[in-house]
Amino acid sequence: MSHVWRPLYVVLGIVAAILIARFFVVPPQFGVWERGYMYGWHNKAAETWWANFRVGYKGREYCKDCHPDNYNKIMASPHKIIECEDCHGPAIGHPDNPPKLEIIKSRLLCLRCHTKLPYPTSLRSQLPGFLNPDEHNPGIECVSCHDPHSPVLGGK
Amino acid sequence: MSLERRQFLKIMGTTAAGAGMLGAFRFLEKGEATQILGSGNPNQKWVFLVNTYNCVGCGMCVRACKLENEIPYNAPVSRTWVERYVELNSGKVLADSPMAARDGFTADNPMGKTVNPADITKAFFVPKLCNQCEKPPCVQNCPVGATFSTKEGIVLVDRTWCIGCGYCIMSCPYGVRFFHPVYHVAEKCTWCYHRITKGLKPACVFACPFGARQIGNPQDLNDPVTKTIATQRVAVLKDEYGTKPQVFYLGLDRIVR
Repeated sequence: MSHVWRPLYVVLGIVAAILIARFFVVPPQFGVWERGYMYGWHNKAAETWWANFRVGYKGREYCKDCHPDNYNKIMASPHKIIECEDCHGPAIGHPDNPPKLEIIKSRLLCLRCHTKLPYPTSLRSQLPGFLNPDEHNPGIECVSCHDPHSPVLGGK
Repeated sequence: MSLERRQFLKIMGTTAAGAGMLGAFRFLEKGEATQILGSGNPNQKWVFLVNTYNCVGCGMCVRACKLENEIPYNAPVSRTWVERYVELNSGKVLADSPMAARDGFTADNPMGKTVNPADITKAFFVPKLCNQCEKPPCVQNCPVGATFSTKEGIVLVDRTWCIGCGYCIMSCPYGVRFFHPVYHVAEKCTWCYHRITKGLKPACVFACPFGARQIGNPQDLNDPVTKTIATQRVAVLKDEYGTKPQVFYLGLDRIVR
């Protein structure tokens, strides 16, 4: 009779081996919660990993103590809706590393908002801007005349 | 085939031992997992509101997202992007999103074409990002359980566990997922999970000067975003897929895909 049962033992052995392997391979924090096996997978370790990802953008309150002039200037201008780090890049590590944040002087930075696009149902068409920016002092950086922290010429 | 009593008992014993072993190595069951994982804050969920009327297509959100989440800046992939839709009087729709609108829209050249402003019926910008579906097909499809929903409804990917098969990328109706060019695993928008869990706004919401992107807590009825979704006429993308997306749009149009 034993030759009849032998395959069963082999199968049981394989099942046991897989279960033992799984015990070591599957991280202990894998699980499933109330939502069940379709959408309820969970992995606490990965959740913690993502929660601990480094924060790059610090917000203008982080800038204001060392750069009060620029902070106060922009907060009094129509550009106050723009965060410092939008143009200067994330402040992570600054001022240790990098000691200076980038200052983009390209016209293209300004034209992100100030190319006038005739799109009637979009706020874009209501922003001050140029339909043909190339006709407005071509080849000169916008910052030659306009201070981005206080952009309107001749005061606010 | 006759079975002797001794043999029968032996088989039963082996089976019982096997069952016992199964018990020792089984997966965390529903209740147990909740106990171990912690239930989190039951009053915290996340919902996203996009006001397309306010989007000017500056692309600051995309730039901020790429820099915040360390997505290679010059790679043609992005966790979020802004689409431009231009519908002409002829009924033709021009839609584009060059480099995910990382550098904004600085010229009136939808799909590289010159358009006469008089020919435009309507034109607007639509920011896109992960919908953090309540029924995420990407979670359902992952063969190794590398992607999952958190209690607050954010879908995350375990980079150490993803095998890079790409099923989730294929299954997302919104085309949100892509392969991370450095880690070679599935990558997706997390609504900046590391920021919202610390009380900060996602990088794209933070970077938007016009309030076109907002995030809120649908469990909190006094939350302005929740109030807007409850009282205004909002729409979601591809409702027919039954994924229950959690990004709500003000000013969505039938030409938006």
